[in-house]
Amino acid sequence: MMAHPQLTEDGRLRHLLTLEGLPRRVLTQILDTAASFVPVAERDVKKVPLLRGKAIFNIFFENSTRTRTTFEIAAKRLSADIVNLNIDASSLSKGETLLDTVANLSAMQADMFIVRHAAAGAAHLIARHVAPHISVINAGDGRCAHPTQGLLDMYTLRHYKGEFHNLRVAIVGDILQSRVARSQIHALTTLGCPEVRVVAPKTLLPRDVESLGVHVYHKMEDGIRDVDAVLMLRLQNERMRGSRLPSAGEFFKHWGLTPAKLKLARPDAIVMHPGPMNRGVEIDSEVADGVQSVILAQVTFGIAVRMAVMSLLAGAGAQA
Amino acid sequence: MKIHIRNGRVVDPASGLDRIQDIYVAAGHIAGVGSAPADFHANQVIDATGLVVCPGLVDLAVRLREPGLEYMATLESEMHACAVGGVTSLACPPDTSPALDEPGLVEMLKFRAKHMPGPRVYPIGALTRQLKGERLTEMAELNEAGCVAFSQADAPLIDTQVLLRAMEYAKTFDLPIWLRPQDAHLARGGVAHDGVVAARLGLPAIPVPAETVALATILLLVRETGARVHLARLSSRAGIDMVRRAKHDGLPITCDVGVHHIHLSEMDTADFNAHCHLIPPLRSQRDRDAIRQGLADGTIDAICSDHAPVDDDAKEKPFQEAEPGATGVELLLPLTLKWAQEAGVPLIRALGFVTHRPAAILGIPGGRIGVGQAADLCLYDPDAHWLVSPSNLASLGKNSPFLGLEMQGRVHYTLIDGHLDFRRDGHRGHHHP
Repeated sequence: MMAHPQLTEDGRLRHLLTLEGLPRRVLTQILDTAASFVPVAERDVKKVPLLRGKAIFNIFFENSTRTRTTFEIAAKRLSADIVNLNIDASSLSKGETLLDTVANLSAMQADMFIVRHAAAGAAHLIARHVAPHISVINAGDGRCAHPTQGLLDMYTLRHYKGEFHNLRVAIVGDILQSRVARSQIHALTTLGCPEVRVVAPKTLLPRDVESLGVHVYHKMEDGIRDVDAVLMLRLQNERMRGSRLPSAGEFFKHWGLTPAKLKLARPDAIVMHPGPMNRGVEIDSEVADGVQSVILAQVTFGIAVRMAVMSLLAGAGAQA
Repeated sequence: MKIHIRNGRVVDPASGLDRIQDIYVAAGHIAGVGSAPADFHANQVIDATGLVVCPGLVDLAVRLREPGLEYMATLESEMHACAVGGVTSLACPPDTSPALDEPGLVEMLKFRAKHMPGPRVYPIGALTRQLKGERLTEMAELNEAGCVAFSQADAPLIDTQVLLRAMEYAKTFDLPIWLRPQDAHLARGGVAHDGVVAARLGLPAIPVPAETVALATILLLVRETGARVHLARLSSRAGIDMVRRAKHDGLPITCDVGVHHIHLSEMDTADFNAHCHLIPPLRSQRDRDAIRQGLADGTIDAICSDHAPVDDDAKEKPFQEAEPGATGVELLLPLTLKWAQEAGVPLIRALGFVTHRPAAILGIPGGRIGVGQAADLCLYDPDAHWLVSPSNLASLGKNSPFLGLEMQGRVHYTLIDGHLDFRRDGHRGHHHP
């Protein structure tokens, strides 16, 4: 039998590459650990010494100021040393391979790599090649996974809605090209959410998406009816290649979240979005800034969740 | 040089022969099957007891990586790997650098190959200059230089007007065209089958219609022009169904599949194993079953290795960035045997897919055992087990989805033109009388 790509032999978290295949026990442990870190941000001294002396490298092969910053803040709150590296994809084409780059960084006594890359599976590849003491966190690989985003979304859901076993959740937007959606789906199904819906036009859904355990809706009005939470996705303009959608305007008309559409959800439904938002494309400002929106809370919880993942990977446990 | 191959199980799919017999080789030809010709005095006797003696394999797609791609593999290394795999004739696709679009390049390749041990090399000429899909090559000239057919390899041919004219022009000289059906637009950017695994992993997908839409176009143009077209590397159930119907309608077409596609499916890509990044993509288990069915019912004419040696640097990348392809010439025989065993197909029938049937597609006389035939023979131990590992592969390409797995069936001797081009060290029973 092959070794689990993300767990040690005794079932502890070794790398965080994807939420697929992680047992519920591990997901719950991360969420519980994150809960213990949330109060840290409310203290005067927003720091705990759990990862003092650890060297964490933010390796971003694809630009993202926001995600990189949240990891940086999380690492600093754990007292780790963090180094940011933006690696221009063109420097790779000049000869150094991805694995060369990683080997070079390993030689700088790193303890943890946080990796973002445009290709699915990049973090898996790196994890297979790093020294045994180095952990890898996937900060987004192509359309495949964005596990810390998925986890912070689960944290937010649990915070506002309690347990998962009676929730009805709709994920709306560009499912096809979204690593966030895939991580959310894997996490929700693992945590026991009985009804996960995806709402999108056919051009933004993978073929065989039902095999992930979701219900498919094309009409937004049907898809968000009576749900407890609406998880909006960013419309990846930069990945939109003309023929998937005629226009942002038509998308907004059919799949944008407006106050009128939100009324179809349960009255206490929450609205989430991974950010950055395209106001007026996937979400109306009135909804984004409205009482049902928990979008800013997601950002706050995101720090605690990333602290939890880092501390668990470093073997520091939940003794914050 | 006279060689007496003693006591092997001689299996010749073309003639239906399957019997323990002796074979006598003289002056590069088979001089006797079963009984020695008069005055035959062997210089060498090979004890083939326990071995199968079959025609040397004919492989319809072997990338030798010359000219221009020697960082991946060399002519010497891959010719040797072919002999190790029992392959005695091969067709090499034109996707070299530069592409095989000029007679001089083809002559040079043939000249170089002729002067080293290893299989007979039959170059496939480029259908269009630089494989750009725009201007036709000088097919008649290339044919004189040694090209037996013309193809785009895996390069797209987007312009259907060019495709139509290529067929008309080739038909003028009755030259065959080999096409891998894939619509360039539908396949654009994709690396994996549009199915459950791509949905899960978020891999950019190539839908089945990329194959079937291209096939529909090709089949309609074949109907129109009467061109002889060989369809390379079918991958989908729907595509195989279309070919089955077209053959039933009497169209002059043949087709092959890659040996990996008989065994693997999209499920094998689920852990981002770049060795399973193949062209065309590994599709669903239903599609794989349809490939097996297509072989069993004769819709598919041949199995090829689609040999593509790739260096480690080009493979150790995220799935979608990794160079596609798998090394294959040394696995063609054992993987064909594995399929035959699993599917309950008689050995003699299974070997036909890698001997006389591909030879017929190539229009060459090889792939059969008979008095007067060139002595291209493969002697293998059907019971030998061996591990697929970098050190066990002679090809410079160590890129195999089967690394770490055991194969059954191993070549012990390969004769090409009556020469013993490969002999596995340590095999018993080989002596000079």
